[in-house]
Amino acid sequence: MPDDLNWAIGGEAGDGIDSTGKIFAQALSRAGRHVYTSKDFASRIRGGYTAYKIRSSVDRVESVVDRLDILIALTERTIDENMDELHEGSVIIYDGERTTMQDVEIPEGMIGLDVPLKSLAEDAGGAIMRNVVALGVACEVSDFPIENLDSALEKRFKDKGQAIVDNNSKAARLGQEYAAEQFDYDYGYSMETTDNDYVLLNGDEAIGMGAIAAGCRFYAGYPITPATDVMEYLTGRIDQFGGTVVQAEDELAAINLALGAARAGARSMTATSGPGIDLMTETFGLVATSETPMVICDVMRAGPSTGMPTKQEQGDLDMLVYGGHGEIERMVVGPTSVAECFWKTVEAFNLAEKYQLPVFLVSDLSLAVTEQTFPPETFDMDEVEIERGNVVDEAEIDSWLDEQGRFQPHFPAADGISPRALPGTTDGAHMTTGLEHDANGRRTEDEEIRVEQVEKRSQKFETAREREDWDYREFGDPGAETLVLSWGSNEGPMREALDFLAEDGIDVRFISVPYLLPRPDLSEEIAAAETTIVVECNANGQFADLIEHDVLERVERINKFTGVRFKADELAEEIRRLVEPQEVAQ
Amino acid sequence: MSSDIRFTDFKSDKQPTWCPGCGDFGTMNGMMKALAETGNDPDNTFVVAGIGCSGKIGTYMHSYALHGVHGRALPVGIGVKLANPDLEVMVAGGDGDGYSIGAGHFIHAVRRNVDMSYVVMDNRIYGLTKGQASPTSREDFETSTSPEGTHMSPVNPLALALASGASFVAQTFSSDSQRHTEVVKEAIEHDGFGLVNVYSPCVTFNDVDTYDYFRDAIVDVSETDHDSNDKDAARDLITDGSTEYVGVLYRDEASVPYEEREGIEGSMADIPDGAPEDAMDLVREFY
Repeated sequence: MPDDLNWAIGGEAGDGIDSTGKIFAQALSRAGRHVYTSKDFASRIRGGYTAYKIRSSVDRVESVVDRLDILIALTERTIDENMDELHEGSVIIYDGERTTMQDVEIPEGMIGLDVPLKSLAEDAGGAIMRNVVALGVACEVSDFPIENLDSALEKRFKDKGQAIVDNNSKAARLGQEYAAEQFDYDYGYSMETTDNDYVLLNGDEAIGMGAIAAGCRFYAGYPITPATDVMEYLTGRIDQFGGTVVQAEDELAAINLALGAARAGARSMTATSGPGIDLMTETFGLVATSETPMVICDVMRAGPSTGMPTKQEQGDLDMLVYGGHGEIERMVVGPTSVAECFWKTVEAFNLAEKYQLPVFLVSDLSLAVTEQTFPPETFDMDEVEIERGNVVDEAEIDSWLDEQGRFQPHFPAADGISPRALPGTTDGAHMTTGLEHDANGRRTEDEEIRVEQVEKRSQKFETAREREDWDYREFGDPGAETLVLSWGSNEGPMREALDFLAEDGIDVRFISVPYLLPRPDLSEEIAAAETTIVVECNANGQFADLIEHDVLERVERINKFTGVRFKADELAEEIRRLVEPQEVAQ
Repeated sequence: MSSDIRFTDFKSDKQPTWCPGCGDFGTMNGMMKALAETGNDPDNTFVVAGIGCSGKIGTYMHSYALHGVHGRALPVGIGVKLANPDLEVMVAGGDGDGYSIGAGHFIHAVRRNVDMSYVVMDNRIYGLTKGQASPTSREDFETSTSPEGTHMSPVNPLALALASGASFVAQTFSSDSQRHTEVVKEAIEHDGFGLVNVYSPCVTFNDVDTYDYFRDAIVDVSETDHDSNDKDAARDLITDGSTEYVGVLYRDEASVPYEEREGIEGSMADIPDGAPEDAMDLVREFY
């Protein structure tokens, strides 16, 4: 278990919580410490409680836990909101001079540090830097070398000029010195540093970076939490590689823009969240029957309807697997960590082009907003391979023309994979349509051709099932009687839960499944286990349903749908509860 | 681009299933002629069609083409053009596709002003579903779904376009093949989004907006002293309401297409076999 420190800053939206948290996370990362962050936020621009939380250790951290060691509280509510996580000895940094904070009562056993954040910030050059003063205090409390903060401040403010950087640096020191002089507690925290270099990024950024690496050159989208970061990441970056980002008028347009670009031969994607997926569903069938390679990313949030837009949920799986009228061949790939957001995006583009179908890349709010540290070589660009499938050029096109010399974009090849001629290719002109069509892409209602085309599209999927590696990620004890299955962001907390469980002598085999459709056949693994538990963030157990359907056997379920991701210790407790009664019975 | 392209090269071997006498025959012939006469060939042309009688056009023409879902032809066309500006993109649709289910996209496609043409076969009726009111149907037009008239004022597509910042607004009559072809050519050659609303009569379900009606009602602005660079004059004609004007009503000579303003150059289809050369810089940004 990592020797970790849990830190948070909380206040009202508009208080600069996010950027302050990011600066501290960056400082920790610069100091060679691992970081895993989470956010509590509301869907509003100003007002409402919001917090940025960091768990940090010299070892890898993959989850948040139910423990908070240092809290910068800009409002009284911040303390109330975190009461369950605060513990004896927790340090609460606040500004008692702030009118709303004058009557704050520090809970019994905790250490309250009343620091005139605003006044000290003014001394350094402006009240706006009060959060940075608090960061200086946090450095003192956690025995963290403040120089690391300087480099994070430099990165954050260098565009605003050296004077701003220097003022911030001074503000941090004023905070640190104040804490050193005014308080004499033994906090007991020590933030060890290392020489390791880490990069710090979130899941949406990893998806965006993966898209560029994979050769995606066209992105169309409509802003929506929590997928907007993908679009913002690509904006200004994809252009440097000859691509473009189009902000569409709605998601109906976004998916059709991306479809047009894909027909023109570009690697193209759109990203959205549940409400956008609802609109895009209209076009799923067209993408599939026109056999257009496309990546459609769904960064899930809590539904249904507007639901809880800034909260975690994995409620769209059924929609992605089954959504749309008629029978639609598609793939669903779900990264299970921030780093995998990068790699699965690359893979999604390859799958889309090799099999000429829509690939849904399903991520979730937890992955999207979590900033996590990685050694840079985690994203080794030399490892990126591009496979474009059966694109035919002018030299090859003759062999794909019919007797009348017409190109056959839906030629019923034995493996189901037809040739693609990109517009501009001589003699390749062809149409395609959402109507059932023949090999030439022209409308037909001929029974034989209908059957041939349906079977061809389904054969393509079978070919993919056979040719590709649909492997899962495995952790824990491979011989354990208890098997836990999960998808998406639950991998992180579950990996850490394994450590908690091992401490209690409970061995668990954990399989994290990144492919939802097609997905690995888990019959043998489930047969070998005494108990199979499926962990997911939804109420109905959508992934558990798929697993039961696959293996024709009931599984245990752990579902969380509070809007908050699993925490490692909480998840360990849930598993312990399911497993222990059986052990007693034996 | 070959110079010996004839308009019949844009014809597919499928025979249209439109009703005999349908305005769409003339509309399509003019599109094919205009494409050929502006130096395009089927291999560098992308036609996007919507749903409805007009949507069948992709099937009867020969080029790269997509027949998409109802109302979304414009976003598809924009996607094609931005991903490969070297292609000639023409979007075709009907009044229902463009001004009802796709009305939202129409406004934004006009605003975006991508260099492409949009030919709308406007027959003021839903033909393929056998005669219901369309967004351009007259207020007192009686149909199976509006037995006492629509009780709504019709959409004025040209006014809508002008209000959305259009850079090229034109109208034609499918029956006047030569003028229709000329105007579509101008739309193609215009640097930006070229709207051509075509009076394309439905001989089966619309007994009001007929060939005879249009023949009597239309006035070709090229035969008047109308200055198509004059936006105010164009607005007056378009909102006049008493006359059916054809020809180029408005043209912004200074129009710069969106893709040019965005600095998009060349096809996005060509990518390296691996990650781009400088991709590791993207990782380093996260230090």
